Amino acid sequence: MRDEVIRRGRGAVGALVLAGLVVAPWVVDDYTAAILARTLALALVGVSVALLTGVAGMPTLGQTAPYAAGAYACAVLGSQISDVGVVQLAVAAVAGAVLAALTVPLVVPARGVIVLMITLAIGELVVTVLGRWRSVTGGTDGLAGIAPVRPFWGLPVLATDQARYLYTLIVVATLVGAVLLLLRTRAGLLLRAGRDDETRLRASGHRVPLQLSGAHVAAGAIAGAAGSLLVVAQQYISPADFGFDTSALLLLGVVIGGTASVGGALVGAALVIAVRDWLFGVLPGHAPLVLGALFVATVYLLPTGVNRARGRLRPPSAPASQPDPPPARDHATVPELRA
Amino acid sequence: MTCLLSTQDVSVRYGSLAALAGVDLCIHDGQRHALIGPNGAGKTTLLNVIGGSTRPQRGTVRFDGRDVSRLGPAARARRGINRIHQRPAVFPTLTATENVVVAALPRVIPRRRWWPGGRRRTAQHRAGPLLDQMGLADVAAVPAGHLAHGQRRQLEIAMALAGRPRLLLLDEPAAGLSATEVGRLAELLRALPRAVAVLLVEHRLDLVYALSDTVTVLRDGQTLAAGTPDEIRTSPLVRQAYADGVA
Repeated sequence: MRDEVIRRGRGAVGALVLAGLVVAPWVVDDYTAAILARTLALALVGVSVALLTGVAGMPTLGQTAPYAAGAYACAVLGSQISDVGVVQLAVAAVAGAVLAALTVPLVVPARGVIVLMITLAIGELVVTVLGRWRSVTGGTDGLAGIAPVRPFWGLPVLATDQARYLYTLIVVATLVGAVLLLLRTRAGLLLRAGRDDETRLRASGHRVPLQLSGAHVAAGAIAGAAGSLLVVAQQYISPADFGFDTSALLLLGVVIGGTASVGGALVGAALVIAVRDWLFGVLPGHAPLVLGALFVATVYLLPTGVNRARGRLRPPSAPASQPDPPPARDHATVPELRA
Repeated sequence: MTCLLSTQDVSVRYGSLAALAGVDLCIHDGQRHALIGPNGAGKTTLLNVIGGSTRPQRGTVRFDGRDVSRLGPAARARRGINRIHQRPAVFPTLTATENVVVAALPRVIPRRRWWPGGRRRTAQHRAGPLLDQMGLADVAAVPAGHLAHGQRRQLEIAMALAGRPRLLLLDEPAAGLSATEVGRLAELLRALPRAVAVLLVEHRLDLVYALSDTVTVLRDGQTLAAGTPDEIRTSPLVRQAYADGVA
């Protein structure tokens, strides 16, 4: 009964947030709409971080790499192929997936903190390449004046911030819906099982590395698609958009939202990015300090994230788990043989 | 009669310690075979070698006529070697049903191969009766991490059976169970399909003698004796081995 109430309450809050996001462009000014669109793009990268960190059990600091690959592929290649948003989205998703696939041999065999270190290195490497490959990426100056897109063939170009925001919102909602559906399939079930006990999953006959590789590539595709949305929202990109601070903030947002929850990760990442942008004006130069303190407080007070915090208040629906007793020792049963 | 599983001259060393020294074993289709011996005899190591989690320095493991020595645990499970661990290994955040579904999936052949969700649906159909059989129908929707130790053990047996094993490796299944739970476990193991061969490592010798057709006794990584439960029970060599092991 209580579970049902919580589930309905959760649905109602989700519906309210979605309604607020839909009406936002008619309520806020152009600048805020542009900021919201960029925040949504970053929140989608947060979803890819949650997919890897919370669902597949591979903590990552490197999702800015496929995010950057998607953004630059969209800006450099996509705009030459077509001005249609879905085409650019597809190009960006493929670029993100390809980059993720190339890094599979480095990331998938590693575990725990090692994954964090490797993904951090990959992210930094990509930013360095973007900064130095001036002929293609514009170097540290980035690429400016990127032409606006039309969402679909036959539709008008997205000329206003409000239109670009709505396009971003629709794409993010669609992709998050797809991720939620994916998690309800066999693939999602196996990823959750692997996060619980990888050795046990292997012992059941599952090809765990293949599943983790699939999750890594899928997360890369999502981050790549988010890169395309960033291009649409900003019409300008530079390596600064994909630096370590962005990776760290995304991971912070996902931890705050609850790593195993896609919705929580989306909200957590969006909140952290919004707070950063807000603090930038209120406490110039001190935003990283405040966010760092927030991160420490979250880890200590809500180790499973805001989304799961209420779980501690919920009474268990079954007897509480009992610790496994120690294994039997020989001498306990030997007398039976002696008898 | 050919062996379903055979080990030939299997040896495993940990530094200067010989955990297994040239062990030969043969298990036939449907046979109930038990491995006993004092602590450190090499029982769990042999189970690890057969399950694929430990690679022997010498010797071969053959299953169903094929050399599986170089295969890992996942590949062996897909061929029909499933294992029940000393401490129940379940997926704690997944419900009991989902645990069984996950275990069933590798050996599921859906009716409509390319139908979306066909494999999972078939696995789901297999999970219900197995949970019923293990007396877990009431807790089918409860996360495995919330189950009591005995229930987790029953769930693990359901998971092992869901994988349609031809050989079931049982590593001290009665460890940590109460007398009532051991009685229930014995009933469940006795009711296992005859098509499934069982290799049981267990310290409770009453359970061993009640469930097995053949018993092999290991000591210091070598086979000390093998025979029927009656032969082993009365063997002075085995009594001496246990007496030494305890001392």
